[in-house]
Amino acid sequence: MKSLFKDLDFMQMRQFGTLFGLIALCVLFTILSPHFLSASNLLNVAQQSAIIAVISVGMTFVIITAGIDLSVGSVLAFSGVVMASVLHTGLPIPVGILVGFAVGFSCGLVNGLLVTYGNIPPFIATLGMMSIARGAGLWYTDGRPISGFDDSFRFLANGEIFHIPVPVIIMVVVYAIAHFVLTRTKMGRYTYAIGGNEEAAKLSGINIKLYLNIIYGIAGLLSALGAVMLTARLNSAQPIAGIMYELDAIAATVIGGTSLFGGKGTVVGTLIGALIIGVLRNGLNLLGVSSFIQQIVIGSVIIGAILLDTNLKKSKA
Amino acid sequence: MPDSDYILEMKKIRKQFPGVLALDDVDFDLKPGEVHVLLGENGAGKSTLMKILSGAYSKDSGDIFINGKKTEIGTPANAQGLGIGIIYQEFNLNPYMSVAENIFMGREPVIVPGVINWHRLYRDAQAILDGLNVNISAKQKVESLGVAMQQMVEVAKALSLDARILIMDEPTASLSNNEIESLFQTILDLKKQGVAIIYISHRLQEIFEIGDRVTVLRDGQYIGTKPVSEITRDDMVRMMVNRSLDDQIPKQKAKVGDVVLKVENLNVEQRLKDISFELRTGEVLGIAGLMGAGRTRLAKTLFGAETIKSGTILINGKKLELKSPRDAINAGIGLVTEDRKHEGLILDLPVKQNISMPNIRKFLRRGVINFKKENTVVDEYIDKLNIKTPTRNKLCVNLSGGNQQKVVLSKWLCSDARIFIFDEPTRGIDVGAKTEIYHLMNELTANGIAIIMISSEMPEILGMSDRILVMRDGRIEAEFPGEKATQEQIMKYALGESYEISV
Repeated sequence: MKSLFKDLDFMQMRQFGTLFGLIALCVLFTILSPHFLSASNLLNVAQQSAIIAVISVGMTFVIITAGIDLSVGSVLAFSGVVMASVLHTGLPIPVGILVGFAVGFSCGLVNGLLVTYGNIPPFIATLGMMSIARGAGLWYTDGRPISGFDDSFRFLANGEIFHIPVPVIIMVVVYAIAHFVLTRTKMGRYTYAIGGNEEAAKLSGINIKLYLNIIYGIAGLLSALGAVMLTARLNSAQPIAGIMYELDAIAATVIGGTSLFGGKGTVVGTLIGALIIGVLRNGLNLLGVSSFIQQIVIGSVIIGAILLDTNLKKSKA
Repeated sequence: MPDSDYILEMKKIRKQFPGVLALDDVDFDLKPGEVHVLLGENGAGKSTLMKILSGAYSKDSGDIFINGKKTEIGTPANAQGLGIGIIYQEFNLNPYMSVAENIFMGREPVIVPGVINWHRLYRDAQAILDGLNVNISAKQKVESLGVAMQQMVEVAKALSLDARILIMDEPTASLSNNEIESLFQTILDLKKQGVAIIYISHRLQEIFEIGDRVTVLRDGQYIGTKPVSEITRDDMVRMMVNRSLDDQIPKQKAKVGDVVLKVENLNVEQRLKDISFELRTGEVLGIAGLMGAGRTRLAKTLFGAETIKSGTILINGKKLELKSPRDAINAGIGLVTEDRKHEGLILDLPVKQNISMPNIRKFLRRGVINFKKENTVVDEYIDKLNIKTPTRNKLCVNLSGGNQQKVVLSKWLCSDARIFIFDEPTRGIDVGAKTEIYHLMNELTANGIAIIMISSEMPEILGMSDRILVMRDGRIEAEFPGEKATQEQIMKYALGESYEISV
């Protein structure tokens, strides 16, 4: 056993730990519920996790830079209703989606500009944006949902390609791209560098402001993608959508091993983290556990994962 | 042991840090009511000795006697209890609280437990302040006070703890002349009350004004103690720097060629004043000076990390627009920073990522990092510089100081830098690795690379430099050819005018 793990660094060990946790949960629910282990239920879990998982990718990038984005849920709602209103004018679906993306990216970019040029801590900048985007969405719609879309749009939530739900495919594609960017591109390297040691990154000639703006922009963009998926699923864009999504996204990211201090983390870990939360919800539902108790369990899992993390690190050091 | 005349005696104090013997059997003693000056270059061991006295560090061996009684200091709290107070250059005050609250922080007088007796708090604090003859109200917020008065609050705090031994670490560093006069008045008052003061300062003028005795340390060794009345400035400088230079610095002179870097009248707000110099290929230009002389600021300015107020920088005769470190890197400049843990490296990333950080563009193929190419190049440097790491994927935090420094060097070698700026290149590095760094510098100059080397280590400056600049107070004070300079000359110019005035 020991020799197997000898060549792994802490990050890889940590990921195995998270994966092991996910498998253990699946085994537990398989034993406790006859309905858990079936292709349709597992796809269901993946489908339900897809939106949070996609938003968590942006969150992971931001947290690796030692930042945080509290505005993702509100930005999702705002870009969702703007997109929906464009779709209702009868313009082509891609146009509506692109407008939604533009809104999401812009909100994220404002976060980035506040952090980089305004020198405001990310927590505060995105807390402000959380309120602004929520208010903007409510104001824009007068607080009313915008409902009813073409089937071709709803395909993005209900459709299947080779029996795989489209949201799951979107999720997998987003993760594949994000993993590639983080491990194989300049931007990925710089993301870790900025979070690991901003001063050293600066003195290595990295344009920190530029990359932080791109990263916050991408976080907003992925919130808008989440809005597309959610709107298609509910057949309705709601200005109160996505409340508390930021907390689920942060939870998925930290359960997945990304350090809130920056410099460390992977999107693979985040995907596993998002799935852990999804499996927990699904399994506890199957067992008939009340949603009140579910919240207690999920909270405990977040704390437990981080407790394990910090103590493991200490014992390794 | 008979009752001692000394309030404090430190005997044969020894302290070893990884790779460096910070204190080598150092003696120090102190009489009640005297000002005993502790003098030495940067890194001579003054701070370490004082940290041992104030309980921040533990000694490896040696004895400390307080009032003739052998004592173990152990912790800062113990030191306080023994009547030892220390006033650091950086104050430990809470700016948003009152002077009285700061003086009695954690020891507030109470009516019943948990309820502060504000009347007594202010009254007691005011009594101490009045005793110091300073015009401060105990109720004032600390933030409303100037630096000099904040220092007085620190003194009051130490006195409130019944300090009989007061350590002052460069207390005049940020004071104006008037403020210095009033500080000296306070020191005289304290002497009359029998308080013994250990005074650390580089300003020789002050030593004659306020000191009774002076003890000099050099490279962790005790050089000697003299009454101030029996010592001259020249004696002091000689004691500070008069080391034998038989240290083997393996300097190999390279062929010095054309001017690669020319700096003309460079000014940085408040920090650098009219800096002009030239740097040639194959040359090592040493920059000497005391801490705070502006050497690191100059390095960072040349690297595009500071805002230039005026002046020009020419690379190979062409004017360089420096807006960011990227511009400097593109112009072929590499900076090996003084503080490699915070500025040079990203400790939690592997060796590989650190080396390729400024050079990632070289490894891109259609926007994607070509791992094979990257690994080959990184391994080349690990091999060439003899970096001791099991793999390129080892996190830098796990490497020794010398190997970390080689990783930083690799960054800039890989970036094809033609001008290297080394800021304290061998600080915190063991002897073996030091020699390797010197050899690497020789190799660089042999290949026509130009080096600016900032160093506080005299043997290094004298041994490695082809030319030496001495900086003080943001200016270049002197220039020497490497082979002609002496430690005394350099130290005289580094200490500055106060030296000249009295000669």
